[in-house]
Amino acid sequence: MNAAATPLMEMRRISKRFGERPHGRFARALRIRPVPAVHALDDVSLAVNDGEVVGLVGESGCGKSTLGRIVARIADPSEGERFWKGRPYSAVDARAERLAVQMIFQDPYASLNPRMRVAEIVGEAPVVHGLVRRAERDDYVAQVLARVGMDASLMRRFPHQFSGGQRSRIGIARALAVRPAFLVCDEAVAALDVSIQAQVLNLFIKLREELGLAYLFISHDLGVIRHLSDRVVVMYLGRIVESAPKEEIYARPNHPYTEALVMEVPRIDARRRRYVPIRGEIPSPLAPPAGCHFHPRCPKAFARCREEAPRLREIAPGHLSACHLNDGPP
Amino acid sequence: MSALLEVEGLRTHFLTRAGVVKAVDDVSLALERGKVLGLVGESGSGKSVTGYSIMGLVDPPGRIVAGSIRLEGKELTTLDREAWRRLRGNRVSMIFQDPMMTLNPVLRIDTQMVEAVLAHSSMSRASALERCREALARVGIASPDERLTAYPHHFSGGMRQRVAIAIALINRPALVIADEPTTALDVTIQGQILFEMQRLCSESGAGLVWITHDLSVVAGLADTVCVMYAGRIVESGPVDEILDGPMHPYTRGLLESIPSRNVPGRPLAQIPGMTPSLAALDAGCAFRERCSRAREDCRIAPATTRPGPARTLRCVHPLP
Repeated sequence: MNAAATPLMEMRRISKRFGERPHGRFARALRIRPVPAVHALDDVSLAVNDGEVVGLVGESGCGKSTLGRIVARIADPSEGERFWKGRPYSAVDARAERLAVQMIFQDPYASLNPRMRVAEIVGEAPVVHGLVRRAERDDYVAQVLARVGMDASLMRRFPHQFSGGQRSRIGIARALAVRPAFLVCDEAVAALDVSIQAQVLNLFIKLREELGLAYLFISHDLGVIRHLSDRVVVMYLGRIVESAPKEEIYARPNHPYTEALVMEVPRIDARRRRYVPIRGEIPSPLAPPAGCHFHPRCPKAFARCREEAPRLREIAPGHLSACHLNDGPP
Repeated sequence: MSALLEVEGLRTHFLTRAGVVKAVDDVSLALERGKVLGLVGESGSGKSVTGYSIMGLVDPPGRIVAGSIRLEGKELTTLDREAWRRLRGNRVSMIFQDPMMTLNPVLRIDTQMVEAVLAHSSMSRASALERCREALARVGIASPDERLTAYPHHFSGGMRQRVAIAIALINRPALVIADEPTTALDVTIQGQILFEMQRLCSESGAGLVWITHDLSVVAGLADTVCVMYAGRIVESGPVDEILDGPMHPYTRGLLESIPSRNVPGRPLAQIPGMTPSLAALDAGCAFRERCSRAREDCRIAPATTRPGPARTLRCVHPLP
């Protein structure tokens, strides 16, 4: 976006719709009515530079996980283009480059095969992709486990023999085993206890320093995002509403939604506070409100917000926001 | 006037084939009317079992083996089934993490709410329904009349939790136990629920026990805090004293591992190791394996001391 060099990963005008049915001749013959599609992502652009950590925040249903999955090639966009080091994803064919984006999932138990031993979970992909020979697999797995702070003697065990924190480490080891340059972490610490969460966050920081990894760190927890990210991107109902360097977004949130998010996070130093909630709930993505998606809940909404969707534009160097108020008050 | 809730020396054990699991081991706490007590701990610390014990909801193989629980001066541990039935949902009620646990998916909201009213007071169905309508309006549900005839699956997670709260509060309980009711909710919805709970409790004068793993929620809500670790309360006291001057190394460890308390980008202070298995605990301090201040004498069970007028502490080598 504002970087001079080519970004490591770039998403251009990505849209993703779920539940679209075919409406050709065949569908008409079968009297299949077109069903309303869920607009999970609506014209979203995002770039991550080499070695950068971008935090993606939003509430349930805002499309942050869908975006993460599209970045990690687990899902394909309905519209839009994806670039890796300036080349379209479809043109990237060297195996090492395709493996360069890896994903880490929220539930470390659901994402590990319960019937495989750790050595197989972590060692399978590098062997299949020819990064290590089968005979050297266990030595390689031991190295990767050491990197995530686990003892090599544990590699004969099954996932159920580990605690939540250790399972997270196994999930991270599996991603690291194919030598990625970029990790998509989808709520990777959300299921962990505070003291264990701190251990895993420290591991992410250490890996970044040692391996120069870039992250797309998806979370609903603004405290976690603040700790880890260089830049923060806020999503609401399928659109990016604000994007800014970390310090900027916490000090000067521009979009009313970001402002509300920053205000409502419970903090240790806020004692017996009076909670002043934003009204209402997140609308259904099946029938998003016209204009700015946030206007039914926004305390500052005016007529234009109900009609015209605001564009994401730069309001300060590196600080983008999608709010009509930036064009001056009504 | 006695305190609203007094728990003394409560021990709830689970007699399993693998041995006795001391889920709650000598827990004492007290709560005044209209106050909020935050019960904080990580998974397996026994905070939920403490809540279930107060509600009389411990099922075999679990059993309250010792201690007393008094509500408004009345002993609860010796109550029979019928007395419990009259008490639960009436004088004491509970809100769970997952509202689907309290709502029946095949019954309409009005059926479930009217049932809760008529179980404890004799009145006509029409006046019971009127009370349900008021209760829904009180927790911030718009157009309660339409909502009453809906089924739980028609509601979003936050709305379901509001309905569960409305049912818990409908008979004006003296004590409400809330077990992580906002953990599964989004930040903006969590803010709304915290706001409602705060208002409802101060209005009705009910005491609230808020069980959570999240110290920042407790900071904004509670008057007093009890920190649990491996079945014991390791430290308790007024919220400001505990959060600003923790004396137990575990409390300080918890506070320091919160990301927003640290300099962004720097490694977080972390507690090494993990929570011990409750089945393999000895008498000594359960935290000593993870504690940098542990000495030889931590092998002996630390007694509860009172470092301040309203504080308790279970540590031989407290922080200065």
